[in-house]
Amino acid sequence: MPLLSTLARLEAVRAGRAQPLATVRHRHLSENPLVFVPLTTAGEAGAPLGAMVGTDPNEPRVFVIPQPRDRDLRWAFLADLAVHVLAHIDAYADAVEPAERSETDPETGKRVKVETELCVDAPQLIVPSRAGIEYVRLLGRSMRFRRTAEEDPDNPYPAPSRVPLLGRWFTHLGERARVPGSSMLLSATDLLARHWATGQSNLEDQHLGALLAWIAPSGGGSGAEAALRAELGRDEHGQLLCPPAGPATDPAFDNKLLAPAIARYDAARAALAAGPGDDDREVRTAERAVRRLVVDQMSSTWWATWEAIDLVRALPPGERAEERWTRDRWSYTGHRDRVRAGEPPQPRRDDAVTAAQKLATRETEQVRLDAQEALDDPLVMAGRRLAGEAFAGEVTEVVMEWTESKRPSPRPLVTVSTEDRPQLADGSGAKVYRSLDGRPQSAQFVRFEEDGQVVLRLLDKMGRGRDPEPGSVPEKGDRVCWTLFEHDARGGPKLPDPEQTPWTHGGPPGSGAAVHLPDAVTDEDIL
Amino acid sequence: MQPRPLDARALAALAANPGCGRRALLDGAGVDKNALATALGSPAAFGQSQFAIVRGNSFEAKVKGDGGAELLRLVHGHLDPAAEPPGAGARVPDLTAAGPEGRAARTALALREATATRDWTLLDHPMLALEVAGSPAYLEPDAVVVHPDGRWTVVEIKSFPMIDAAADAAKVGAAARQAAVYVLALERTAEKLAGAEVGHTVLLVCPKDFSNLPTAAPVDVRRERAVTRRQLERLTRVEELAAALPEGLTFDPERTAEELAEAVSAVDAAYAPECLAACELAFHCRERARAADEVTALGRSVRGELGALTTVEAALAAASGAGCAEDPTAAALHRAARLRAEALELAAARPRRHVPESPECPC
Ligand code: SF4
Repeated sequence: MPLLSTLARLEAVRAGRAQPLATVRHRHLSENPLVFVPLTTAGEAGAPLGAMVGTDPNEPRVFVIPQPRDRDLRWAFLADLAVHVLAHIDAYADAVEPAERSETDPETGKRVKVETELCVDAPQLIVPSRAGIEYVRLLGRSMRFRRTAEEDPDNPYPAPSRVPLLGRWFTHLGERARVPGSSMLLSATDLLARHWATGQSNLEDQHLGALLAWIAPSGGGSGAEAALRAELGRDEHGQLLCPPAGPATDPAFDNKLLAPAIARYDAARAALAAGPGDDDREVRTAERAVRRLVVDQMSSTWWATWEAIDLVRALPPGERAEERWTRDRWSYTGHRDRVRAGEPPQPRRDDAVTAAQKLATRETEQVRLDAQEALDDPLVMAGRRLAGEAFAGEVTEVVMEWTESKRPSPRPLVTVSTEDRPQLADGSGAKVYRSLDGRPQSAQFVRFEEDGQVVLRLLDKMGRGRDPEPGSVPEKGDRVCWTLFEHDARGGPKLPDPEQTPWTHGGPPGSGAAVHLPDAVTDEDIL
Repeated sequence: MQPRPLDARALAALAANPGCGRRALLDGAGVDKNALATALGSPAAFGQSQFAIVRGNSFEAKVKGDGGAELLRLVHGHLDPAAEPPGAGARVPDLTAAGPEGRAARTALALREATATRDWTLLDHPMLALEVAGSPAYLEPDAVVVHPDGRWTVVEIKSFPMIDAAADAAKVGAAARQAAVYVLALERTAEKLAGAEVGHTVLLVCPKDFSNLPTAAPVDVRRERAVTRRQLERLTRVEELAAALPEGLTFDPERTAEELAEAVSAVDAAYAPECLAACELAFHCRERARAADEVTALGRSVRGELGALTTVEAALAAASGAGCAEDPTAAALHRAARLRAEALELAAARPRRHVPESPECPC
């Protein structure tokens, strides 16, 4: 952990409250995020137990499977979920703005601009915890290779019509969530942990209830006490007061409450099937009982997730978070296009080229994120200054100089007095950057003065004339902050060519050429 | 109190926190840590859902069904494809016997016979004995397969899925640590037997994708085996650990929580948040670590970073300037504190809403 974050944790221990790790919000928050709280059945991969989903905290859609091992019930659940989630995802598909993208012309091999369209906004999905993000991926994988009755009339177990499509979108979201700084699929725990440091370890921060307890403890006590209650507090029946944020449930809940309720449901169904009559009241009563239990487990997580969103929303937005969201919009638009073009689902495993591209994208985006967060937030910049990757101070002297050419350009020498210790080596001629009207101005490191002051030579953004444009050169007494890192992620154009597009952004055309066999479905299948 | 025999899970968990003397002593002495934690007032939160248990059992039964044909096929295909494939006549010896000692003896006999017969043999739930800290621990792997060339392979059957041939790394790691314990136990038996050899690659069998069909992957457990062996050797020194303790120390769960807490604190612990997933005493040790203001409660990496500043108070004192001249870590913390305060002040003074094209440098 960076020392500055460690310090914040230490302060949180002493204060009994979480301490800020950021002074602005570093993730885009949609006006209208879709919160998704899934629960799953222990021991079964991707056998959902229930879900709450919706954009209004007061009106969640609730889906519960009274017998998670029943395939028909599971299909019905996924069909409901697909209708609901896809309605949200599709709602952003048609509002577009014109945009430009550079491509390589196949005939001339030159880079050309092409007119295209970009969705003006994109859907955002928020789950309670990191495990929830993994679960979205898992559900995506489990659904995207299914075949519907229209696609494959001979399939003995056809999937409901929208289910494979939901699988593709969940896969896309899950994959996108691995790109640093992306906000299309977020978890409440990651959102909170990015902006606050608690007085516990980051392992314990994975518990949404405990994390919230540190940040906004209810009732007078300290964050530590509230967190302990959230983690371990149980009622007289041995049930957790704050159920886990899922998708896994608490074993005590499974064993004491859920298993008996499901057994009653099974018995009622068996009795109905054995008949004589067709009175299904018992079945419906038993189903309602399971539903009540499951809803009870989900609803505190539902509210906790919304509370997390509110807390983070209260922070002023970081300027450059919007620029990153534009990348998410591109990603959404690209996937929309692939789906519309009838391309096959994402392959089971990436080929080597795609895998390498994804990795490269993640690295570039990490560098971009680190730079942008620092530029947006003095607290993050403080960490970079501590690490010697930036320095701030006061301008003590400006000496005008010019290039030696027919049309001399300004190259002023600026001396900065700083207490920071930038990792600049004498004679290295390293470049440093500062933000000028939101754009990077570069300078060359000239030397350290004996008293530790830094002498720089400004290189650009001063206009075309002999005299620098007003405001482009700092003046004596100005406070300035220079970074040793570039402000724009290095490598690659702003938007990659479609044929080089990492698959997270829609992927190169034809990369799905590999055969897409549907998953074999057997009687043994549990999903 | 009846000593609680160690099982493979407990032995494997030793490898997860090798530095902890408390755990080594309690395990070596056969103390039931679960009961102890409850008596201390900080019960462990480990439980297993019956859904998971039912599912695990039914999957294992399926994998071993049909006289073990499928299981042997998987071992042959993944670990020994050059050998003669197992035929219909593969042997599955009966291992039932009275008591763990009887079953362990029966298993040893079956292993000897199978190795001599030079034919594929499946040992279903064999019982292995491993001497730990002077007393035998009995271990029951899911299966051991004897190859025609006399090699023995440990098979672990787990109910987490392998999706597109990849499984959850943390779960695979735990399975590997557990299998390593079985490998060690088998090696004790194999030592005495000419022609027998224990494979250091085990076979992990899991459900394939979202189905109930088995699939498998070989897992190399050499590293886990080495770590666990070192740990077990350490355990044999438990008597020395115990000798250093006050006379009459007892961990009887009938004692009061205070007495027990005192007894437990007589043995040094090495708490870290990772304990929460691995040790029954974690909540107790965490409470103690927090009460003692230890920075390790925030994570092992924090502890590493802060060096000689082992308490929160010492670290915060350094942050406000104490001892900066002598200790570079303290000096760094002090600088961090100044930068942090400056940044927070700056942010507080900033207008609430950022103008989009603010010329202001964020510092
Ligand atoms: S929880 Fe306590 S006894 Fe267990 S390993 Fe950690 S420090 Fe040792």
